Amino acid sequence: MSNSNHPVSPHLQIYRLPLTALLSITHRITGVILAFGSLLMVWILVAAAQGADYYQWVMTHVQAWYGQIFLFGLLFALYLHLCNGIRHLFWDVGYGFELETVDLTAKMAIVMALVLTVATWIIGG
Amino acid sequence: MGDFRTPLSRVKGLGSARAGTSHFWHQRLTALLLIPLALWIGFSIAALPVDHATLVSWIQQPLVTVVLVLLIMVAFYHAQLGLQSVIEDYVTAHASRTFVLLASNLMCLLFGTVGVISVLKISFGA
Repeated sequence: MSNSNHPVSPHLQIYRLPLTALLSITHRITGVILAFGSLLMVWILVAAAQGADYYQWVMTHVQAWYGQIFLFGLLFALYLHLCNGIRHLFWDVGYGFELETVDLTAKMAIVMALVLTVATWIIGG
Repeated sequence: MGDFRTPLSRVKGLGSARAGTSHFWHQRLTALLLIPLALWIGFSIAALPVDHATLVSWIQQPLVTVVLVLLIMVAFYHAQLGLQSVIEDYVTAHASRTFVLLASNLMCLLFGTVGVISVLKISFGA
């Protein structure tokens, strides 16, 4: 069995994923990250409803370096999921399936996500 | 080969899961709604005031309250649908898949409710 000379398809771990495939799995991963990340948003809302002291304590963590890194990552995940999601919506109505288009919109989604993240960060101060 | 389905079943088009394309459709509808909502919350989060009083008065604006509640409901529904797809793809054993799905759905419902109630509590000035 194992000695047969037939061509075998490349295994997932060896095959170099094209950009579109990478974005596809990233879309899932960012989706799951956002589902868990939204718990932070709920936590902040709960803290705000709880009172000023508890909210202040939560915000010291959000303002700390690890909180800021987490928030930056979460924002980027949000915008990447948003921009790539728009590609999916176009596909759903039948547009943008040509190879060049798919590649171009993939790059556009990544660039747009980066631009939005940085813009948000600058506006937020 | 003939079609073994009854005419009624063919007209309803709901398939064996009896849900038809509603999962797909709801995921897309919530996705569309979330485009403006996500941009709004993204930029609002970054500008999130460290000061409690400012945040409370921001949330207490009627329009902000409405949009926040809408965002939380739509976002957690979208999350529930998305997590369901992921779980159905990667959790293969029937028993654990059922359990993980139920847990995921329950968590989305729970945290969505907690979020909405928190916003309302702030908004009504508790």
